[in-house]
Amino acid sequence: MRRSRYPGLLALSLFLALLPLALPNAYTYDVVVRILINAILVMGLNLLVGFAGQISLGHAGFVGMGAYSTAVLTTHANWHPLPAMAAGAALAGFLALMVARPIFRLKGQYLTMATLGLGIIIAIVIGNESAWTGGPDGMPVSSLSLVGFELSGEKRWYGFMAVLLVFSLWSCQNLMDSPFGRAVRALHGSEVASQVVGVNVGRYKVAVFVLTAMLASVMGSLTAHYVGFLTPGVAGFFHSIELVTMVVVGGMASLYGSIVGAALLTMLPQLLATLEGWETVAFGAILVFTMIFMPRGLVPTLAARFGRTR
Amino acid sequence: MALLEVENLSAAFGGVKAVDQVSFRVEPGSIFSVIGPNGAGKTTLFNLVTGIYHADSGEVRLEGRRVNGLKPYELARLGLSRTFQNLQICMNMTALENVMVGAHLRLDRSPLKAMLRLPAIVARDRELRREAAELMAYVGLADQVSAEADALSYGALKRLEIARALAARPKLLFLDEPAAGLNPTETGEIDGLIQKVAESGVTVVLVEHDMKLVMNLSDHILVLDYGRKLAEGTAAEVRRNPDVIAAYLGASA
Repeated sequence: MRRSRYPGLLALSLFLALLPLALPNAYTYDVVVRILINAILVMGLNLLVGFAGQISLGHAGFVGMGAYSTAVLTTHANWHPLPAMAAGAALAGFLALMVARPIFRLKGQYLTMATLGLGIIIAIVIGNESAWTGGPDGMPVSSLSLVGFELSGEKRWYGFMAVLLVFSLWSCQNLMDSPFGRAVRALHGSEVASQVVGVNVGRYKVAVFVLTAMLASVMGSLTAHYVGFLTPGVAGFFHSIELVTMVVVGGMASLYGSIVGAALLTMLPQLLATLEGWETVAFGAILVFTMIFMPRGLVPTLAARFGRTR
Repeated sequence: MALLEVENLSAAFGGVKAVDQVSFRVEPGSIFSVIGPNGAGKTTLFNLVTGIYHADSGEVRLEGRRVNGLKPYELARLGLSRTFQNLQICMNMTALENVMVGAHLRLDRSPLKAMLRLPAIVARDRELRREAAELMAYVGLADQVSAEADALSYGALKRLEIARALAARPKLLFLDEPAAGLNPTETGEIDGLIQKVAESGVTVVLVEHDMKLVMNLSDHILVLDYGRKLAEGTAAEVRRNPDVIAAYLGASA
């Protein structure tokens, strides 16, 4: 029989409920909230990279689109944050749809290069439209209030993001364990085999790309509200690389891996900050060693070692 | 009306005529085999008819409808399914999930409903799991139902492909060398399985090297050589045909 997913979800919920007991101050809360935001982002990206097998190096572009849609619409047009967030997601989804069709005619490195270019273009637009975005100087973002409840302070954000993480994990698991998700995983396993059983491979690739772009945009909007100040770096190439690295280190096609990958690589710069200037080197070294010794990523490798295949 | 009609089908790859003016008809409920020496164009013919390659000229009709140029996933909707000579199994999934993918077109594929795990989706998936397990038992993989696909033996994977193809409930099933690489016992089992499938009402088109298997099973045989039709008929007719004997044994006719 199939392993039930609920013990894992319950364990994660319990962990997140008890974690505040071990968080001494606002700084640690802040790090954890950033981890939670990244974890959801990375899970979404994993649907595309790990499950569908399509590498995107431009995903931060969609995060940036969401973040700046929220910032610009709430600041310059006085929109409520929720419709602003929805508008950002719609915009990111629309752009993803427009570019996905030609992009998915490409395979392998070409696809990767195309997404890389797309992400860079979005970052450049954000950096140059300084009348709206403040350009390289960045711009402030108001805090998020949901139906009369002001979401401010690290503790409230922690609660909100923790619930959102568990919900995201649950719904991503649901999605991958459904006819849609099986078609997506099948086209990764064998494109031609999935075609002959009726999977319109191109359409499914586009669908996952659009879905993950919209998710990235929503997380970008939330990041904007949480951080309160945006700079174009949020859409930048290095951020895209960071996200893909979290997917790979945590484990391709492993949702728990995405959480672990996000946690490790978000904490790492904090822990390495004492190394002064050497942190990037340490960062790179950890990546290289993971790739050499655990090419499948942390969670799948460890799961296999402890007798489970996935 | 024939289930499948192929008329003057041709395809060339850089001047080499891989399939040259081939015509044949497959009657519903029969087992139709394509044989020929290595490089005769059997697999190319399969790939042309199942939409993997495009023909340069000629026509393919499925139940009287012209289907040239349709993509494999469009042909799947019309009731055509196939297996592959070089295995095409999704090793990133369980064996059972591979079979479940076969039922793709019969399911509600909405991502939103799936994310929220709506009761209808859950119920249908549970039913599908049982259905897929039954199909695995049908092809002789009852004890592998909970295995990962990459844990299965080569012979088991060959059957898993057949189970996946059957999960699509095809009218017409193309099997590309189902016995290649199998030992005599396994070949005998595949033989039985193909017969069972044909008796269940699925029309089978077979490419196979194993002569004993082909002669045993086929209602009708098409012999290809250098991309052209060399002979056609029942097993007995083909066996007696001097051109076929010449092509296989190298004797000058």
